[in-house]
Amino acid sequence: MPRTLIEPQSPIERLSILDSEGNLDTALEPKLSADDLKRLYRAMVLGRRLDERMLRLQRQGRIGTFAPIKGQEASQIGSVFTLKPTDWVVPSFRETASMLWRGWPIETLLSLYAGRLEGSSPGPEQRDLPVTIPVATQLPHAVGIAYGIQYRGEDAVVMTYFGDGATSEGDFHEACNFAGVWHVPVVFLCQNNQWAISVPIKKQTNSRTIAQKAIAYGFPGIQVDGNDVLAVYAASREAVERARAGEGPTLIECVTYRLGVHTTADDPTKYRTDEEVKAWEQKDPLTRFRAYLEKKNLLEPALEEQIDEEIVRGVERFEAMPQADPLGMFEHAYAELPPHLVAERAEMAARLAAPEGNGAPTEAEPTSPPMRGQRRTSRWQN
Amino acid sequence: MAKLNMVKALNLALLEEMERDPDVLTIGEDVGVDGGVFRVTEDLHRRFGSRRVIDTPLAEAAIIGCSVGMAIYGLKPICEIQFSGFAFQCFHQIENHAARYRQRTQGRFHCQMVVRMPYGGGVRALEHHSESEEQFYAHIPGLKMVIPSGPRTARALLTAAIRDPDPVIFFEHKGLYHAAKEEVPDESEAMPIGRAQIAQEGSRLTLIAYGAMLRVALEAAETLQAEDGVTPEVIDLLTISPLDRETLVASVAKTGRAVVVHEAPLSFGPGAEIAASIMDGAFLSLEAPIRRVAAYDVPFVGFAREKASVPDVARVLAAARETLTF
Repeated sequence: MPRTLIEPQSPIERLSILDSEGNLDTALEPKLSADDLKRLYRAMVLGRRLDERMLRLQRQGRIGTFAPIKGQEASQIGSVFTLKPTDWVVPSFRETASMLWRGWPIETLLSLYAGRLEGSSPGPEQRDLPVTIPVATQLPHAVGIAYGIQYRGEDAVVMTYFGDGATSEGDFHEACNFAGVWHVPVVFLCQNNQWAISVPIKKQTNSRTIAQKAIAYGFPGIQVDGNDVLAVYAASREAVERARAGEGPTLIECVTYRLGVHTTADDPTKYRTDEEVKAWEQKDPLTRFRAYLEKKNLLEPALEEQIDEEIVRGVERFEAMPQADPLGMFEHAYAELPPHLVAERAEMAARLAAPEGNGAPTEAEPTSPPMRGQRRTSRWQN
Repeated sequence: MAKLNMVKALNLALLEEMERDPDVLTIGEDVGVDGGVFRVTEDLHRRFGSRRVIDTPLAEAAIIGCSVGMAIYGLKPICEIQFSGFAFQCFHQIENHAARYRQRTQGRFHCQMVVRMPYGGGVRALEHHSESEEQFYAHIPGLKMVIPSGPRTARALLTAAIRDPDPVIFFEHKGLYHAAKEEVPDESEAMPIGRAQIAQEGSRLTLIAYGAMLRVALEAAETLQAEDGVTPEVIDLLTISPLDRETLVASVAKTGRAVVVHEAPLSFGPGAEIAASIMDGAFLSLEAPIRRVAAYDVPFVGFAREKASVPDVARVLAAARETLTF
């Protein structure tokens, strides 16, 4: 009995169309209209400028902890651009640019990071799941939705986002495995930004690429330059078309870099060098795409100013929101409030209605009669 | 009326609901061709096909996680976790996601799904096959936790659970699957979730139990009647969460004494919540401290010692008599 080679033998493709030196592979250049190219750029700039604004808002204490996207705009916009509104997006927690593209209002996203659950509420027609904080646990949800699409024979696909760290989680494996077995229309979009908080990709996986993990699940995987919006777009369009045609899932690894902090709660200077960050700044997806558009004479004048004005208006709407009503916490725990929550809600309502707003109803008006056998206080005796 | 055991009664509820609503699916390991290791899903595969009765890869987190996605999409998955002891591999999907999507999305999406799991001891099973962990689910806001006590309640509660817009954890005691047959109505029947039943009217003492412990409580009640001349009231809890405090309080207000029986370990178990609820609502009626008869606070002991661990009639009788003579 000899030793023989069996599958898999397929090497992993890496796609790059426009590099950081401005070299363009014209054979691979996607045929996008001038209008589409402008929309792509606009969305990336909006993502960047809002991210910068949010960082200042956080430092000022006007919103809480969030995960900045700086450096990952091409991965997010190049991919989400390929979806129709009737498709589904299942994000992780670092997809602000994708979410803006999908119609999440700026004030809604800000309100989430200001600690309101309302910020997780998609619009009535929006086929988007909210931010998911635990790592990789959203991936099976995407596969379940894709199963539903297949079950009802609907024309839709699901795109789900995650980072390199998520690929170490069991849920990543289980989701990919189910997706492969069920052959459902889902695109797994990994933003490999090199760092899972302080753990570098080399300590995260011993795989040469993340894309190759797809081979084990029986569907295609591809690595793309995640800072090249044209490459991300081309690979995503291919994957989305494949899913839509009933040809099953795809794993796309976008090789990118998180230029800022993991979240506003950590300090990346503790775990990575300035040289590394500077080297990646040279590959910034925005400057590269801007140079490309400049050559095509497609840059719009005063775009940044328009976008900043849009952000100002969004921040104003966020800050004009009334204070969160504490009683709102009871509204959506169950379809119908069970009796114990009716009682808890009533207790809180009474507490909030109390004069001075400082707690218990006044002693002069006990809410229930003293219990049998209890010694009455003098104030209750009359 | 047909006489069915609990397996057949559960199977009937699944069949009826899948026939009624094409959005209802059954999903789990071995639920298809094999009909489930306890045969609860028997024959469904043949009737509804492998797209609606889904034999999945062996992966609890994805069974629940994918079901969350299906439920968000608008389907109504009934998930089977083969044994409740394996549910910790998907506990995060239940707690972090199934229980929270309604609140997280302010009602835009919700998870109408049922997670069925066999639980409980006394059947000489392996480690991780005999535990009672209802307290974990009962403690999670956003979930409902249901445990039937026999064929009729199993069929009627599973029907209600499948129709319930909120996620329901549905425990089935392995010892009850084939324990007895019961008359089950020909017409589909749904019982309200969140209501306890008075299994036996009585006075001077309330015994509170659920699942397989109901039989233990009823047997103890029979002995108390024969030997002590006391006819206790016996409550079949049926829903652990939300708890039917009203029925518990009304009963103890009448009888003045309470003993709670469950298979979950004593500390921080359902008995503590039940006792606290009775204290809140019927403190001044109590003639004796509330007693709890439960499993000991050790990991499940293996079947050589399970008779000593799972509450039995003798322990319930001892607790009841102490309460009656306090």
